[in-house]
Amino acid sequence: MPLHTLNIALADDDEDDRMLFKEAIDEIKIKTKLSLFNNGEELMEHLSLPGVVLPQIVFLDLNMPIKNGMQCLHEIRNTPCLKELLVAIYSTSSSEADIEETFINGANIYINKPNSFGALKKAIDKVLQLNWQYHTSALNRDNFLLRI
Amino acid sequence: MRIYLKFDFNTICKTVIQEQLNAMGMDYTIHGVGEVEFRRKPTQDEEQRMEDMLGNYGIEIMDDHQIALVQRVKDTVTEWILDEELPKRYNFSTYLSDKLNYTYTYLSSIFSEATYSSIENFVILKKIDIAKTFIGQNNLTLTEIAYKLNYSSVAHLSAQFKKTTGLTPSSFQKIIKKRKERSLTKE
Repeated sequence: MPLHTLNIALADDDEDDRMLFKEAIDEIKIKTKLSLFNNGEELMEHLSLPGVVLPQIVFLDLNMPIKNGMQCLHEIRNTPCLKELLVAIYSTSSSEADIEETFINGANIYINKPNSFGALKKAIDKVLQLNWQYHTSALNRDNFLLRI
Repeated sequence: MRIYLKFDFNTICKTVIQEQLNAMGMDYTIHGVGEVEFRRKPTQDEEQRMEDMLGNYGIEIMDDHQIALVQRVKDTVTEWILDEELPKRYNFSTYLSDKLNYTYTYLSSIFSEATYSSIENFVILKKIDIAKTFIGQNNLTLTEIAYKLNYSSVAHLSAQFKKTTGLTPSSFQKIIKKRKERSLTKE
């Protein structure tokens, strides 16, 4: 399957974090199209629009007002047309229990928000490279777990 | 004296392609702009000649060839990993370039350009992907999996697993098991 651009969605209530993410992704050589959302509610509304082009990967901040990352993850995994989306949790929490819980609930990727721009870029680059492979190769998506 | 010209690019391109392909004696149909279908698959030689002749006019044969080649590399990687004997007898880069009839350097550069990642990385990714399936099925020990996938030791497999996924094989196994239990109780 030829793939030319990765569509990416990010839901994060922190404006600085959204901007940093955007800057990092702009510097990565994989071609991407990024859509930004201020919280989970906005993201889920967007994903349920009729005829929407679904992203290949969704990055979710865990702690957001109105609808948090875990609630979005639940909804995505329980909605037939969204079930197959790759979901990356993007959070400051590094508690083992939190991490395990998100994976068990169906997250594919868990990223501890890195504390430097360089580390963030590196993490996103790794995630996107892997995604590219998962979208273009016969790899088993049910087993796609990655922790950074 | 000056004369003024107006171009119809579609007609120009079509005519150039027709002239060149006719000169080569190819049997083809032009579909719209930018797609030519051949009655029979052009040989590698013919493909090369078309690339050269059309190249003179700034017409490039698109990277479908590239996409197809990348796919063949991936298929060969999978075949190589799943075969228990091959890796013992050949070195992977030799096997791949012999099989696909291109130098390894050429294949590597095409692969990296198309996938943003190297063939070596893909081999690791694919091996770990298969290891994950085995681990999830729960009927092989890690030692057996390491042997099947031609790792020199369990430690080597575990280290590569951790490096690729960020998780140890045992925490991966635990997560997959709990996921299955949860989806069973839900249904």
